[in-house]
Amino acid sequence: MISRRLVLHFPLAIIDKPIICQMVKDYGITFNILKANIIPNKEGLLILEVSGKEKDVESALEYLNRLNVQIDPLAQDIKRNDEKCTHCGVCTVFCPTEALAIDRATMEVDYDAGKCIACEACVKVCPTQAIEVYF
Amino acid sequence: MAKTYAEINEKIRKGKAVVVTAEEIIDIVDQKGAKKAAEEVDVVTTGTFGPMCSSGAFLNIGHTKPRLKIQKAWLNEVMACCGLAAVDMYIGCTESPVEDPLNKVFPGNFSYGGGHVIHDLVAGKDIRLQAEAYGTDCYPRKKLDSWLNIKDLNEAFLFNPRNAYQNYNVAVNASNDRTIYTYLGVLRPNFGNANYCSAGQLSPLLNDPLFKTIGIGTRIFLGGGTGYVVWQGTQHNPEVPRSENGCVRMPGGTISVLGDLKQMKPEWLMGASFIGYGCTLIVGLGIPIPILNEEIVRYTAIRDEEIYAPIMDYSIAYPQREPKTLGEVNYKELKTGKITINGKTVPTGPLSSYPKARKVALALKERIQKGKFLLGEPVQLLPSVGSGYTFKGFVERPVNKVEQ
Repeated sequence: MISRRLVLHFPLAIIDKPIICQMVKDYGITFNILKANIIPNKEGLLILEVSGKEKDVESALEYLNRLNVQIDPLAQDIKRNDEKCTHCGVCTVFCPTEALAIDRATMEVDYDAGKCIACEACVKVCPTQAIEVYF
Repeated sequence: MAKTYAEINEKIRKGKAVVVTAEEIIDIVDQKGAKKAAEEVDVVTTGTFGPMCSSGAFLNIGHTKPRLKIQKAWLNEVMACCGLAAVDMYIGCTESPVEDPLNKVFPGNFSYGGGHVIHDLVAGKDIRLQAEAYGTDCYPRKKLDSWLNIKDLNEAFLFNPRNAYQNYNVAVNASNDRTIYTYLGVLRPNFGNANYCSAGQLSPLLNDPLFKTIGIGTRIFLGGGTGYVVWQGTQHNPEVPRSENGCVRMPGGTISVLGDLKQMKPEWLMGASFIGYGCTLIVGLGIPIPILNEEIVRYTAIRDEEIYAPIMDYSIAYPQREPKTLGEVNYKELKTGKITINGKTVPTGPLSSYPKARKVALALKERIQKGKFLLGEPVQLLPSVGSGYTFKGFVERPVNKVEQ
């Protein structure tokens, strides 16, 4: 079993199609929606955690790729700007998954992109605007 | 055996001074005792890196041709204070741009302001300067719209009327239904989090609690450059409750500091935004404490667990200026990431960067060790306990008696 957090951009031509439903039926994977935003007449955005057998997840992603869905790993779309981060740590009380957590020995803030669920709670509370969102 | 400033500076010049940080001195005093530590160590360096709203910079832009006596000026659309001579101005770090929506759509983002202007200036970026004047015979010009760069300024100096607060409130939200947006960050209802803002055992004024060494003329690390303590800070308050070790149990002393902005570095002076509150400046500041005697080394050996801060409700008590606190907590507890308030476990959020405070103390230590930084002997110490110097609230005397 593997699990991936992905940012999916659906082009205008296919935003009215039941693509995720089809993907689940055909490839037997499970999914968890972290964020969804559909802008009528423009595009659809879905941040999804997909889990399943490695082969099935690969096939499901190929299926999305064939439909021209743009697939980015979530870690690539939410970044911490290390020049701006002062390691104050105030973000850590708002991060629900401990993707941002203080190493108590050094008091530095560690960012584990793999745990991020794109809730963006940190974005607004960071005094130096160090968390950058690209999706 | 007591040491003098001159003796310590002579050692620094020769590269022989023993310099340690306020973290390192703790174990030294623990292992060797205060007497021996005072003999061996010459200087203890402190540091802090946190948002300090009472900060700003004086700028002199040089005279335009024809001349202009600036009445109003904006730097990247942020208004500067111009009630001074012709081309002098002061840019305050909490000022927002003229067109900023502020809190009209609550909570506002405050993504750019005076602190960011100062940060951009220090980073060497061009700043747009717009200015207006009414025109006089000697200063006929009425308008200016030009790019400005720090290297072209005559003088640019940071002058912060209140920095480096000696201890601070731990902020919580005791209301049960509403998230609040404060200068100590976002506070969730029902004691959802407790935010604090001090470097604790590394913090400058907590290492000299009674101001035995810090005063007017003390040379400091300021924003990456060299600065000076020039006065007690606004709201300086030495007469607050203290522990037996002299440490304040409430926000106590403060300092006014000044330093050449041209020497400063953007990583030590950063613009900051507090959602729903406003913008500010994060200042890196460090003070060297000369170990003149055993008493002073004992003060510098203070630990996080010996420094207590009051827990204050920012939903009602703070805004209404009620003196009520919800108990005390020490910095060791705060740094574990959770504290207990009324039986409830509350996560803690720091606003002052401890890792950067440590870097300030280490940078200052290195400068002194290399003989690049001599101690400034104060010409006058700051008001301390027994001076009668206090911090009063505003006593309102309404001009027009309006029914409330």
